Amino acid sequence: MKIGPAEVDYVAKLANLAITEEEKQIFVGQLSQILEYVEQLDALDTSTVEPTTQIVTSAGSGTPMRTDEPRTTFSQEDSLSNGPETGAGHFKVPQVIAER
Amino acid sequence: MDLQHLSILEVRKLIESGDSSATEICQAYLEGIQRRDPAIRAYLHTCPDRALQQASRIDQLKRTGGPLPPLAGVPMAIKDNILIRGLRCTCGSKILENFTAMYDATVIERLEAAGVVVLGKANQDEFAMGSSTENSAFFPTHNPHALDRVPGGSSGGSAAAVASQMALAALGSDTGGSIRQPAGLCGVVGLKPTYSRVSRYGLVAYGSSLDQIGPLAQTVGDVAAILKVIAGRDPRDSTCSSVEVPDYQETINASVKGFRIGLPKQYFGGGIDQVVREKIQKGLQVLAGLGCEFEEVDLPSTEYAIACYYILATAEASSNLARYDGVRYGLRAEGAKTLSAMYRQTRDAGFGAEVKRRIILGTFVLSSGYYDAYYLKGQKVRTRIKQDFEKAFERVDIILSPTSPSPAFRLGEKSNDPLAMYLSDIFTITANLVGIPGISLPCGKTSQGLPVGLQFLGKHFDEKRMLNLSHAFEQAGGFAV
Repeated sequence: MKIGPAEVDYVAKLANLAITEEEKQIFVGQLSQILEYVEQLDALDTSTVEPTTQIVTSAGSGTPMRTDEPRTTFSQEDSLSNGPETGAGHFKVPQVIAER
Repeated sequence: MDLQHLSILEVRKLIESGDSSATEICQAYLEGIQRRDPAIRAYLHTCPDRALQQASRIDQLKRTGGPLPPLAGVPMAIKDNILIRGLRCTCGSKILENFTAMYDATVIERLEAAGVVVLGKANQDEFAMGSSTENSAFFPTHNPHALDRVPGGSSGGSAAAVASQMALAALGSDTGGSIRQPAGLCGVVGLKPTYSRVSRYGLVAYGSSLDQIGPLAQTVGDVAAILKVIAGRDPRDSTCSSVEVPDYQETINASVKGFRIGLPKQYFGGGIDQVVREKIQKGLQVLAGLGCEFEEVDLPSTEYAIACYYILATAEASSNLARYDGVRYGLRAEGAKTLSAMYRQTRDAGFGAEVKRRIILGTFVLSSGYYDAYYLKGQKVRTRIKQDFEKAFERVDIILSPTSPSPAFRLGEKSNDPLAMYLSDIFTITANLVGIPGISLPCGKTSQGLPVGLQFLGKHFDEKRMLNLSHAFEQAGGFAV
């Protein structure tokens, strides 16, 4: 399918991406081209198969489990060490709820 | 010091005999980096002081007569999406430009416990999205065999470092061919292990049902030795398999007479450069000389592999990359008045074009109204591709193909045409979709001196046999056909 600027805007919003007008124009063309290419999948009959969500390769043993025991984890200092803005042991962010 | 022919075994002999030391070997590589990297740019950053400290610990161990660990003094480059405590980990992205890892990936813990000396972090396409390393937000890497050409990607820095003796070996990650394709284009050995064979704790996630860490080196023996150290169960990664890790070296010299090798008819049709075809034919002659038997196999669904991959990988990426929002780490855009504006502006400023393109594509295929037609369809096609391989592996031990349809392309040649770039991954992508191991081996060079790669694909957890065959190919002169 061809996608237009409106779809790109909508999806960018879903993905929390602000994109420039110039990027949008480029993406409209490139994404339409990629989606058209992807649509060749319609030619393959998949009515009789189940979707593969994960390649299970533990040779019959399934997902490994562990006992639910508390373990040492990262210190507060380490956890905050890469924070762009921190204070009083927290990550700081801009205003969450817009003013009326 | 002749770094060109230095192997893990040689390093060990040099240190054990006292003919050299881990420190001298480390210094030789650091000097090589100083001389050659300004033109090649394989490293995003190096850590010479840390490396020399690690090397001196090995020398100390030698002096006190302690037994040397299996990879003692082996200098390695690590792709910059693998965490090393205290070192920056950028993933080739502006959004993580100033991010310092606060813990070690499991593979790093294991390599360093085995005596590896880390030289630095290798360049890559941003978040491993790309096939040329041109998508690095910092600078592109150049192919050591021809500086105007790409090294492949996304582990292009890792492959270029090994190919130019700026590291004895390297770690890369492979989501759709990102170890094997650059190994092929740079003329080194690159292994993508079976999905779940190697822990991904501390690997920055891209496509979680596809990602796998693996080694690159100049010889099959070195790749096998590194795999032995990094493979195996990890309680910190529940997707990591508990299947026992065999001794890959044990049968590496065994005869390969009677090995059944499958040649997929879909992979030897059109679309392969003539020179690649000729070299692969010569590679086949080497294998025939070793007593291998060939059989044509049918993989009818593989023509859909790229389309399938770009739905699933981008969907997974759009989810994995949602974490980069300017709150807990990485870049934060200045001046945003609200939290939601901060998210959007941060991600706009921090991500490059290819990453944005994949996030948008991935978000689209997962969005309401399109999920069934794209994402679910992709998952079903994945099942069909998997069935093709299961059927083929009933008849053959190994499947052979070129690693890439053409040798290294020029920088800039495909950077404005994402689809053309995606299509160059045709032979490598299926291994990730199916979860099987794959290895790229050097298979001669073109008249211009550009390496050609030959790929083996094996059954799940059958790395041992794949390495046995690869080693036989190497010993019989297959690397220089």
